[in-house]
Amino acid sequence: MTKRTLTLSLVAALAAAGLVAALAPITGYAETSGGGALKAVSEFSSIADAKERSKAIFAEASRVLTHPRCINCHPATRSPTQGEDMHPHVPLMIAADSSMGPAGLACSSCHGAENRGIVGSRLKSIPGNAHWQLAPESMAWQGLTVGEICRQVKDTERNGNRSHADLVKHMGEDHLVGWAWHPGEGRSAPPGSQPELAALIAAWVHTGAECPD
Amino acid sequence: MPYNLTVNGKNYAVDVDGDIPLLWVLRDTIGLTGTKFGCGIAMCGACTVHVDGQAVRSCVTPVVDAAAKQITTIEAIGDTPEGKRVQQAWLDIDVVQCGYCQSGQIMSAAALLAANPKPSDDDIDAVMAGNICRCGTYPRIRAAIKLAAQG
Repeated sequence: MTKRTLTLSLVAALAAAGLVAALAPITGYAETSGGGALKAVSEFSSIADAKERSKAIFAEASRVLTHPRCINCHPATRSPTQGEDMHPHVPLMIAADSSMGPAGLACSSCHGAENRGIVGSRLKSIPGNAHWQLAPESMAWQGLTVGEICRQVKDTERNGNRSHADLVKHMGEDHLVGWAWHPGEGRSAPPGSQPELAALIAAWVHTGAECPD
Repeated sequence: MPYNLTVNGKNYAVDVDGDIPLLWVLRDTIGLTGTKFGCGIAMCGACTVHVDGQAVRSCVTPVVDAAAKQITTIEAIGDTPEGKRVQQAWLDIDVVQCGYCQSGQIMSAAALLAANPKPSDDDIDAVMAGNICRCGTYPRIRAAIKLAAQG
């Protein structure tokens, strides 16, 4: 009797372990998983020097800018990367003059206005947004240091002639930027949220828009 | 959900879920089986059709996105000037080996020529990179596109 109970317990324990193992990948694929938090602007108030505070705030915001959801489409070449490991896009895509792919193989050949779920594949979804396209060549971020990205972001020659106020609006309200926090199943989201990023960018501007070295 | 699809100029009333891929509706509901299923995740190009003249991967295009638009499949691409030239060039050069990917290849090639009548090698490679051929007929595909571009 004791032996049977033990056996049943063992079976139950194995079944439970199996269930946990089976569920683990599902939770891992949940949308907006694992991004963690962004520091609030108030957490930088202990830095007395405004210039240093500004640099620190941008460094925190750069955790979003350098996240794969953002930087995959700010590549060093005119071909996007994809995935958490930022491998070259499959199939090979080039931006072409439009930044939306060559005529005949546009981004929209596969990417719709919304994320598209995929059934029965390790690839859980095809990401999508109505404005899906590569960032302009002047906004290539891959391979740059955080300081170099910062100087690009505020350089009106390279940032689409955006004022500091435009930058706050772009980071805080642009629909394609906002997609990063709703990347579809199978992709992680950057830390924080779009309003939290906008608050950091606003605080960075307010403290003089200084760039890390 | 009922949808009225316009495929190759004909109207088809179908009753399917809005998020079902267009490919399934074309093949299983309407019965146009010239468009092929390859990978199901938009990585191989076998399922390429045209929606309002744009090449799209029908395996990841929800049918709701194609409703009320002009859908063209391999069965009717020969009715367009580019499609006709591409198909003739395919025969002249004898491009096909096993043939499975070729309907997608022809649809992409026709879309390329419609947008870019005189494509360079780089233009051809950039667009046709989205269509995989396991037989490796790529050199003949490129030659046939160049032949078709000559008119």
